[in-house]
Amino acid sequence: MDIVYFLAQQTMFFAIPLLIVALGGMFSERSGVINIALEGIMVMGAFISIFFINIFQDTMSGQSLLLLAILVAGTAGGIFSLLHAYASIKLKADQTISGTALNLFAPAFAIFVARMIQGVQQVQFNDTFLIKKVPLLGDIPFVGPLLFQNSYITTYIGFGIALLSWVIVSHTRFGLRLRACGEHPQAADSVGINVYKIRYAGVIISGVLAGIGGLVFVVPTSTNFNATVAGYGFLAVAVLIFGQWRTNRIFFAAFFFGIMKTFASAYSGVPFLKELPISNEVYKMIPYIATLIVLAFSSKNSQAPRAEGIPYDKGSR
Amino acid sequence: MKRKRSLAELRGATSLYAAMMAIIVGLLFGLIILLFSNSKEAFPAFFTILAGGFTDGSKGVGQVLYNAIPIIMTGLSVGFAFKTGLFNIGASGQFTFGAFAAIYIGAKWTFLPPQIHWLIALLGAMVAGAIWGMGPGLLKAFANVNEVIASIMMNYIGMYLVNMMIVKTVYDKIKNQTKPIAKSAIIPKGGLDKLFGANNLNIGIFIAILMVIIIYIILQKTTFGYELKACGQNKNASRYAGINEKRNIVLSMTIAGALSGIGGGLLYLSGSGKYLQVLDVLAAEGFNGISVALLGMSHPIGILFAGLFIAHITVGGFNIQLYSFVPEVIDIIIAAIIYCGAFALLFKSILSKKASKPVEESKTSDEMKKEDN
Repeated sequence: MDIVYFLAQQTMFFAIPLLIVALGGMFSERSGVINIALEGIMVMGAFISIFFINIFQDTMSGQSLLLLAILVAGTAGGIFSLLHAYASIKLKADQTISGTALNLFAPAFAIFVARMIQGVQQVQFNDTFLIKKVPLLGDIPFVGPLLFQNSYITTYIGFGIALLSWVIVSHTRFGLRLRACGEHPQAADSVGINVYKIRYAGVIISGVLAGIGGLVFVVPTSTNFNATVAGYGFLAVAVLIFGQWRTNRIFFAAFFFGIMKTFASAYSGVPFLKELPISNEVYKMIPYIATLIVLAFSSKNSQAPRAEGIPYDKGSR
Repeated sequence: MKRKRSLAELRGATSLYAAMMAIIVGLLFGLIILLFSNSKEAFPAFFTILAGGFTDGSKGVGQVLYNAIPIIMTGLSVGFAFKTGLFNIGASGQFTFGAFAAIYIGAKWTFLPPQIHWLIALLGAMVAGAIWGMGPGLLKAFANVNEVIASIMMNYIGMYLVNMMIVKTVYDKIKNQTKPIAKSAIIPKGGLDKLFGANNLNIGIFIAILMVIIIYIILQKTTFGYELKACGQNKNASRYAGINEKRNIVLSMTIAGALSGIGGGLLYLSGSGKYLQVLDVLAAEGFNGISVALLGMSHPIGILFAGLFIAHITVGGFNIQLYSFVPEVIDIIIAAIIYCGAFALLFKSILSKKASKPVEESKTSDEMKKEDN
């Protein structure tokens, strides 16, 4: 049973950042702007917020510091994403251009600034954020150890974001407008919706969430930040497409991938799997191969936003 | 005829102006960053970046050419796919797979005649890369899987698979990397090493340029290339015109993969102390290819010069470590240049609107006829 608990706790570390960032990508893409810059925005959010923790950890610690850092990460990501929004909405440029530029810029900027300020590129931080056991909830049999022990507050924030995203996209006026701009911006414009504004909002939300996702990825898995989020931004793009741009499907896609990834990295802790004469690398490949196979059978009816990737031009038909 | 041609030429010229503008603005942005962090050394460092390979004379130029080879190939791979409406983010996996095939053949197939050993190894790299590119192509054509996600997955699968195969076949346990390849598998230097005084440079640069020319001809001068581009621009219209869209998607990704694979082969067959490491890190050359393709505006000739330019300032970035700067400044500059490419489009459209009028008016029909003859 302990193994099950352990695997569940590990799964969160992989799945939650993917979930948050992929949901961010959803806001951008449902508004009609492809966001390939998620990787770079994650790096930027993680860098600024870890630096923030690094500076303030002498005076603060624990959850309050982490919550403040999440705010910082979101703000940094949101501001950074404005560059992408400006190029792809205002300048009507090919949306891969600014995305690639941001992906290239963020790690270089992180290394450059870190080395200029502190001499080395790794930014250290103390992990004072682990919650051994959530009061009350952690004592519930089965569910307690599964979800409310050895966890980070970020896990619950991730679930909260998922719920909130679903409500916003499917049940609010803003969500409806967002979707309209991604499907048929001309029609949206004809009924008085400002397509540019909605698209800006979509990209900025994606930046905020990707920035938070960067921090959420680094905190449980490491005690220093080395200017990389290990390709998780690209994986989040994959989860987004895998999840067909829908909140609930993205949720399952993120956890599908997270569980696969957990098995791949923790299989040696399972005695039965460890005995099998299979190379370590095969296990590492499984999440990716499994995703491809699932996609091959489930992609016939892609539900990509129809106007995705097309700059909106008021004058065109 | 002439009017059309001159318009096309004009479009090319404005693209060039736009790219130059982007480069200048990007470089100035880099200068500002340098000034901001250390104003005393900023200018000497900036000129070191501009001088790039020329700082070390012909040897430096040789180094630039050597560095340009792999990124020209991955840039060509990404750019070719762009032209056909596909985003090949999987150049990294194709590059690694090609590199492994080249190393495997280079280290193991010593029974081959030494004259052609390197060529077979390079062909192996091409085939391996092609197979890895074909995967997402097939998935896209027949199962409607988005090529971006399939390529990302193939990147990781390729990386782990190659790591596994290295350990099983050509593994140097102590250094955690591939074994050295046979002497006969090293790409001939063709005297270039002596000419430039750079040990690393070999005829790989000519192979890369040859590939640029081949891709240029395919895209600009053949029906096949026309069909590929048509699919990229409007797949419904091309299907209506009787173009086999599925076949073209598969072929396009296969060719893109082959180009990346050749890039991997060219780098790891150079015998310059380059070994494939067994690490869980995706090959950076693949992602650099996206930058090169964007800077070169997906045009083969543009990609050639973009690759050379990025290699040039990368050598400059290596040299600025003499001052108190880190080479990552170069990535910041390249990012700024690519970002300015977005502005460049705006600039270009204004320029071509202004410039196209006098050209159209100045040509009378008589003149056009004359020039046609």
